[in-house]
Amino acid sequence: MSPVKQAVAEGTRLETVLLSHLDAAYNLARWLVRNPQDAEDIVQEAYLRAFKFQAGYQGGDARAWLLKIVRNASYSFVEKRRPSEIVEEFDETVHLQSAESATVETALIQDVESRLLRKSIERLPANFREILILREFEGLSYKQIAEVVGVPIGTVMSSIARARTQLREFMLGMRGKGVQRGL
Amino acid sequence: MACKEKENLLHGYFDGELDLMSSLAFEEHVKTCPDCAQELRSQRTLRESLHSSGLYDRAPDQLEVRIRASIPGSSKQVAEIELAGKRRRWEYWLGIAAAIAVVVVASLALVNSMRSEKSENLIAQEVVESHVRSLQLGHLTDVPSSDQHTVKPWFNGKIDFAPPVTDFAAHGFPLVGGRLDYLDHHNVASLVYQRRAHFINVFIWPDETKTNQLPQTETIDGYHLIHWQQDGLNFWMISDVGQDDENQLVALIRQ
Repeated sequence: MSPVKQAVAEGTRLETVLLSHLDAAYNLARWLVRNPQDAEDIVQEAYLRAFKFQAGYQGGDARAWLLKIVRNASYSFVEKRRPSEIVEEFDETVHLQSAESATVETALIQDVESRLLRKSIERLPANFREILILREFEGLSYKQIAEVVGVPIGTVMSSIARARTQLREFMLGMRGKGVQRGL
Repeated sequence: MACKEKENLLHGYFDGELDLMSSLAFEEHVKTCPDCAQELRSQRTLRESLHSSGLYDRAPDQLEVRIRASIPGSSKQVAEIELAGKRRRWEYWLGIAAAIAVVVVASLALVNSMRSEKSENLIAQEVVESHVRSLQLGHLTDVPSSDQHTVKPWFNGKIDFAPPVTDFAAHGFPLVGGRLDYLDHHNVASLVYQRRAHFINVFIWPDETKTNQLPQTETIDGYHLIHWQQDGLNFWMISDVGQDDENQLVALIRQ
């Protein structure tokens, strides 16, 4: 195989590998920017960057490399466009009203639970949120998370502990409010 | 709440990230510490609700189309050029292949006995490629069924061995279906399991060496691969789900 063809083949292969991690890329961006349309734009931009700078890929964990690019793109988007978004408060009225409109009881409980969980995760500081998402939804090891986020493994371990503790506190807090309102 | 000085350790233990000694030491501690024991249970509950919450946001289908369309020198064109090249090469090599077939046959026994680490690496690479291909639209299963009594007979006549087909839905690994694949110069059975939003491929084919080998793990391109040999069969499992999830499925299959 000629060097040019080989480069094309490797490019195509990396492209296929990277696209196979599209759900992971989108899920991370979605949780970091908290808006589906923005997440799509960010992921598209991140992929273009990844293809363009694929020479910077030194082999190794392609998924971690990709997620790192997606993460950085998400952060620059949040910083540039929505400085106030980062400390967005939990909107109780929206949450409770839409929950009350559900009819089937079990569906209602599940729905409320998952909304509660979503709101609680969204309230976490971004540096805790991203680590929780990578660990729980993508099953990344601490080492892989450290690579994506760019912190030492020890920081990953202490952050995940604090993320989970805060998450549970938020959930208990919101559930308390729901009970008072007769949910 | 866990006791303060053990909090980080507890999460490291919970995530399977501690080394063996620290892990054993922590287990000893939990036996005598009701707070930490309670905290571990509570973390398990939290994880279960996270995993069953349906909060994993999959990429919309049109996003992949958008990305592919925006790649300079669109990947489709590149793929077509590639394919044309492959065909020409294929015709050329066919002639040569016929000529050297005799030599290959003669040396096959020797090669077989020299199966080394290197060939395992090649298989691992093939496993990754097959897995990635299977995740492309419409390639995942030939026989989509969660019923092991549908999947198992489907393989009859397509392969000359009987892969063990079991649905592990009760353990959180529902069987999605089966697929015929080709790896390491064999027709192989692939069983597809689902774990949350992730798919797991388990490739199975006869093991000529008939030796039992304990599971070995490696990571390539973000995928965890686990390989073992048991009851005259080769098993290769691959997924991007967590290592601990895969270990659970390995244990279920090996039972």
